[in-house]
Amino acid sequence: MKFGILVNEGPYTHQASDSAYQFVKAALERGHEIFRVFFYHDGVNNGTRLMVPPQDDRNLQQAWSQLAEKHQLDLVVCIAAAQRRGVLDAGEAKRHGKDADNIAPGFRISGLGQLIEAGMVADRLVVFGD
Amino acid sequence: MADVQAPRVDASVKKRFLCVNRKTPYGTIYALEALEVVLISAAFEQDVSLAFLDDGVFQLAKGQSTAGIGMKNFSPTYKALGDYDVRKIYVEKESLDERGLAPADLMEITYEDEAEGFAEKPLIRIVSRAELSEIMAQQDILLNF
Repeated sequence: MKFGILVNEGPYTHQASDSAYQFVKAALERGHEIFRVFFYHDGVNNGTRLMVPPQDDRNLQQAWSQLAEKHQLDLVVCIAAAQRRGVLDAGEAKRHGKDADNIAPGFRISGLGQLIEAGMVADRLVVFGD
Repeated sequence: MADVQAPRVDASVKKRFLCVNRKTPYGTIYALEALEVVLISAAFEQDVSLAFLDDGVFQLAKGQSTAGIGMKNFSPTYKALGDYDVRKIYVEKESLDERGLAPADLMEITYEDEAEGFAEKPLIRIVSRAELSEIMAQQDILLNF
């Protein structure tokens, strides 16, 4: 089956990011296709490479990035939600005159149209939120 | 912003999207960002409708003022939904009742019906919890905010 995934909550505060990650990992292991993972609301914070959780805890950003590399996952961070929350790639940082960017490897920033498209293309759009 | 992009999928794909709004308008950002999803979805010519239930019914309350809280009052945007080809806004009756609200406490939201000489028609439909359950079951995509 072809899945689209929507992650609506930030890492650590809510379990939604962990659940989405575990779901995606399990679906791929079972041979399903993940068309796209779209990060919205505080979910965009999954895509900052500057998170430094304690060493004995999981690192969600790294987990996503590694999974993306292994399976060529399309991890998309909503541009409007990301800009509000300070998640920028190099291009956006330059455009807004910021001195740094923080998007993590394997993530890309794009528009909400990518979420609608995921809904149109996937057999199921699974929403992880509160 | 680079938010609007031409769909690169088969344009003949038309799915039923229901945006489910459950939270107060300013207590969290969900209401505002849900509205942004609906506005963008218009570019993709999908069958998009909205449902308001639980505290989400407050999103449509008349006479909102945010002057005291320093936040943007985005409620006028709901009135433009008809221009974005939204034809169905469902409000759950039980949620209104539980909060002491009546349909008259909600904003008037209309659309122009092309089939009838662009006559202005109401977009809001008050439905029961049971009806809303049926409506949800008929959708392809449920976006819960």
